[in-house]
Amino acid sequence: MDKTITFKIDGVDVKGCPGQTIMEAADKAGVYIPRLCYMKDLTPHGSCRVCTVKVDGRAQAACTQPIAEGVEVENNTDELNEKRRNIIDMFFVEGNHFCMFCEKSGNCELQAVAYRLGICAPKYPFQFPDRSLDATHPDIFIDRNRCILCGRCVNASRDVDGKSVFEFVGRGANKKIAVNSDTLAGTNMSVTDKAANVCPVGAIIKKRVGFAVPIGKRLYDTQPIGSDIEVTKS
Amino acid sequence: MSDSNLKKIIIEPVTRVEGHGKVSLLLDEKNNIKQARLHIVEFRGFERFIKGRPYWEVPVLVQRLCGICPVSHHLAAAKAMDGIVGVDKLTPTAEKIRRLMHYGQMFQSHVLHFFHLCSPDLLFGFDADPAIRNVIGIAQKYPGLAVQGVMMRKYGQEIIKATAGKKIHGTGAIPGGVNKNLSIAERDVFLKDIEQMLEWAKGALKIAKDYTVENLSLAQEFANFDSNHLCLIREDGAMDLYHGNLRAIDKDGNKIFDQVDYNNYVDYIAEEVKSWSYMKFPFIKSLGHEKGWYRVGPLARVNACDFIDTPLAEEARKEFMAITGGKPNNLSLAYHWTRMIETLHSAEKIQELLNDPDLQGNDLVLKGKRREEAVGLIEAPRGTLFHHYKVNKDDQIEMCNLIVSTTHNNVPMNTAVEKVAQTYLSGKPEITEGLLNHIEVAIRAYDPCLSCATHAMGQMPLVVSLFDHKGNLIDKKVK
Repeated sequence: MDKTITFKIDGVDVKGCPGQTIMEAADKAGVYIPRLCYMKDLTPHGSCRVCTVKVDGRAQAACTQPIAEGVEVENNTDELNEKRRNIIDMFFVEGNHFCMFCEKSGNCELQAVAYRLGICAPKYPFQFPDRSLDATHPDIFIDRNRCILCGRCVNASRDVDGKSVFEFVGRGANKKIAVNSDTLAGTNMSVTDKAANVCPVGAIIKKRVGFAVPIGKRLYDTQPIGSDIEVTKS
Repeated sequence: MSDSNLKKIIIEPVTRVEGHGKVSLLLDEKNNIKQARLHIVEFRGFERFIKGRPYWEVPVLVQRLCGICPVSHHLAAAKAMDGIVGVDKLTPTAEKIRRLMHYGQMFQSHVLHFFHLCSPDLLFGFDADPAIRNVIGIAQKYPGLAVQGVMMRKYGQEIIKATAGKKIHGTGAIPGGVNKNLSIAERDVFLKDIEQMLEWAKGALKIAKDYTVENLSLAQEFANFDSNHLCLIREDGAMDLYHGNLRAIDKDGNKIFDQVDYNNYVDYIAEEVKSWSYMKFPFIKSLGHEKGWYRVGPLARVNACDFIDTPLAEEARKEFMAITGGKPNNLSLAYHWTRMIETLHSAEKIQELLNDPDLQGNDLVLKGKRREEAVGLIEAPRGTLFHHYKVNKDDQIEMCNLIVSTTHNNVPMNTAVEKVAQTYLSGKPEITEGLLNHIEVAIRAYDPCLSCATHAMGQMPLVVSLFDHKGNLIDKKVK
């Protein structure tokens, strides 16, 4: 019989198994921790820092930090949510996110987390970077204006599809997602690949889908992001 | 007389219109009008910044031109994108849902203009005290009317929400069809109130008609000028606000061209650019730019159609045409009357559609063979709206040309401004606010959407600057 580890999130006992991350144990227990780069079934790499929690007073990424017996995790606190809002704000202003005509609107995790955290408008100055599009692939469209460098496509293509179509290039403000050819059309990427289905925003989209789902029927139209996790709470 | 001896009055921005424009009046030392122009001074730029965007995004993106009748742009772009995806005929459900959306929009937009923007001029007088000559003044003196305006607009907006997903900037029309139908529950909400809407639309029509008939001599001297008229027309000659072929008539009603497939519009319509306005000047090619300009919008549509296919609006059309013995009516103030005929027509059409079970169908989208170029036209509340796109093999917009209703009405509005300036202002010792409002009344008759015609931001106070003949500012009034 596996050993059970008991720890607290916001003062409530949560049980998990050895080797689980705080995120995995929290999800199973029905506790939502905001996240963007983390996706179940992909290797977590703690890059976006939206899931930052405090473990016995120290800031850690919940998606990579293993659980430990008796630790006290702070998650849904004013201090952490304010830090998360700042991170989300920065995602919005350092790209070109025009939700009003983005087909991902209503299904976008960045937008949904922003709404859940109560962000009405970014407070930092917009950077309006000059970013490129890649429409060369017959079935997939890349709009780097909306990329938040979460790395999900990199991980999915490498670890699940076994293709390594995507990789980060550049550093700092110049960091961007590149493909292993001049254009996406020159790669062996397929619309059925995991990498084509993991983007949390509208940076990698399937062509000709557009606005097929009406307003009111989109993923986050009627309930906030994380509600699916919270209903598992027993 | 050299230009240095002229003085200039600027009305900027023009108020109670959608968007931002200004009027400049050039007067000599005796206050005779030497030149009067409506300038559209802001830049739109949509044609440029949608380049590179995927085509299926366009109907949602380009409607951001405007918050008053975005449905027009949404639908015109969607019609063009139908062409891009190779669909020439939608499913019955898709076409009827789009039509319902469009009639809802026509209803709310016309109502907004009549009750909120132009009624202060008609009910209080062109030179009434500006402190009461506004929508607040209407609400105080005619509260019943003001409430009707709000409720009618709400009805139209709710129809847009039910069909497009949102009251403003929805997503309902997609290339090849629509993304939702109308449920029985949604339909019943609208059916419950449609009779009331029809009654109120009849009442508004009566106000507009009675005003025009009772003030016919005023209407005949106020911005009255002959013009050609252009609109879409159904194959049997009926008014059709959603789809049809192009018809142009001259001032006497003779056809310049008829039943022209709008995909070939470039063979019939050209555009001229002038240095003093960001708005282009379209004209009928065969007549040239001097004589080829035309009116669009409710007046042009009622003038040009052979009949209206709903009984109450058709009866109203006949009454309207009787005033001019069946010939086209060229009075700018008659726009109000025709706008209310169309409001009634839209209500009748909404009722007809709500009783059609096709609205509950589930066959929403079609696909065809992909094309690289397409045109979409629609009769927007303010007139014929042209959307023209080229899409590259990677599905990106390569070229976009938009000719919006207000652009078609550019020369007519300038002519109206000039006529009113000559009739009412020329030679007057003092140019009062009331006199200047006459110019705005003429512009408002066309219900221009200057933001669609170019691009607009910000508030719309009225600033009038009076310069002496040496160009020195001698007076300035701000309201």
